[in-house]
Amino acid sequence: MTRVLIVGAGPAGIRAAEWLVAAGLHPVVVDEGARAGGQIYRRPPMGFTRPPEKLYGSEAGKAVALHQTFDRMVAERRVDHHPRSSVVALAQGEAHVLGPERVTRIGYDRLILATGAADRVAPVPGWQGAGVYSLGAAQIALKSQGVALGRRIVLAGSGPLLTLLASQLIAAGAEVGAVLDTAPMRRQVRGGLTMALARPGVTLRGLAMRARLGRLYHAGVGLDRIEAGADGPVALHWRDAQGRGQVTPCDMVGLGWHLRAETHLADLAGVPLAWDDTFHQWLPQADAMGRAGGGVYLAGDGLRILGADGAELAGQLAASACLEDLGLPIPPSGPELRRLRRMQRFAAAMQSAFPWPAKMVQDLPDHTVLCRCEGVTAGALRTTLDLSGPDANRAKSLGRVGMGRCQGRYCQLAGAEVMAAAVGSPPQAMGRLRGQPPVRPVPVSAYLDG
Amino acid sequence: MNGRLVRLAETARAPVAFTFDGEALTGLEGDTVLTAILLSRRGLRQAEFGPEPRAGFCLMGACQDCWIWQEDGPRLRACSTSLEAGMRLLSQAPQGWPESAA
Ligand code: FES
Repeated sequence: MTRVLIVGAGPAGIRAAEWLVAAGLHPVVVDEGARAGGQIYRRPPMGFTRPPEKLYGSEAGKAVALHQTFDRMVAERRVDHHPRSSVVALAQGEAHVLGPERVTRIGYDRLILATGAADRVAPVPGWQGAGVYSLGAAQIALKSQGVALGRRIVLAGSGPLLTLLASQLIAAGAEVGAVLDTAPMRRQVRGGLTMALARPGVTLRGLAMRARLGRLYHAGVGLDRIEAGADGPVALHWRDAQGRGQVTPCDMVGLGWHLRAETHLADLAGVPLAWDDTFHQWLPQADAMGRAGGGVYLAGDGLRILGADGAELAGQLAASACLEDLGLPIPPSGPELRRLRRMQRFAAAMQSAFPWPAKMVQDLPDHTVLCRCEGVTAGALRTTLDLSGPDANRAKSLGRVGMGRCQGRYCQLAGAEVMAAAVGSPPQAMGRLRGQPPVRPVPVSAYLDG
Repeated sequence: MNGRLVRLAETARAPVAFTFDGEALTGLEGDTVLTAILLSRRGLRQAEFGPEPRAGFCLMGACQDCWIWQEDGPRLRACSTSLEAGMRLLSQAPQGWPESAA
């Protein structure tokens, strides 16, 4: 039988598996989570007792349906599930899978990448210290551990997670001191109209949530710096929309500007990536179904950042494309493709309503740490430019931005922005950092014992 | 007492004893190593390239900020490792690391 390997068991990976199983295939699913669900529908460990309505709010029904679909396939032995496992490399038709103990190799004929996304983060002076987290981290802590990451929390950035997370934290009893959105109100209004036309229900839910935050929420802010004591943040310094300096005391700062697609494996699989102006990042290239060529398919936020609903659809479509290429019958995909296009219009409008803070990053003071892994500053990168020229890969070799253990996941975009501003080019002209295996750190012993 | 994190829910779980830098601490069953340590401490480790302490950043296995050591056995990623009874965790490499690591 054809061996199909699915990487990721979030909404996209689960739906892809479901469609392959329905066609009589027996896919292998490798996922980093202990339990399938992905990030947004992440499940707490066994023995936790909060009901799905508490964890997933209005999306509880969708989350439960996905979890049950996957658990049923595992119980009926229709999928081969490898939890707590990372695909760290792809070579010669084999995936190198780092499990809890060691690296094993899993051969495949077709590959479906549903690797999802993580927070797209912009550096703020002081962000390298303990007590500064991504917005996604704060949500994971709340959902899957029942903890707040600080006693007094300030959230800053832009995008849907900012207000959603603030509401979730407040509902759970955490103290939120301010919710600071770098998106100016006029851009929000303009993009919001298009959002409302494409998905009125979702847009209204977001607006209602925002309204409930009341005076905690500020639009059009500038972020100056995170003031830290010996062991963490004590205040966030920012400017309001009128340019007046403000200081909010806190012991935790959450940062995030939408999502950044997790593309390292797509890169290793030979999928071309291209700069996307709307999403302001490099994204893998595939057809509308998610077909990237060479037996590789992509689905979910790792391909197009549409959120969980779009990921479920994309998972189904990628599986259909795979089945079609195997010469198996598939149902017509027209309705799903139309729904996906509507979600794309919504997502594009949302990107323009809540943009990446390009100017803020371009103007970062020289002393700002750009690379959290190795403490490389914006000033050091600007100095490196004289030697490296405006080329992200050369600047990485010479200045180490992108060389650290996150492999550029949290510094690539900001690094490109800083370099581009210094030479007066757009960030994509700096080029994309090439993905390198292993895409997660692997202890040498994990390979040796194998 | 002086922890960074605050428990808001799911407090009725069995306690799990472990040590961090030689001190006896207690977490709850289902805690990650990161959660368990930061409920009692302000940081997981010192940064290698700066003066500041670190306490994780992404909590989803992407940033690699949360790697710590054990008295015996391999290093671990605190945000994606479940706490187990009797773990002896360290904020810095043990004497002789990496030779002593399995
Ligand atoms: S906190 Fe990012 S990998 Fe653990």
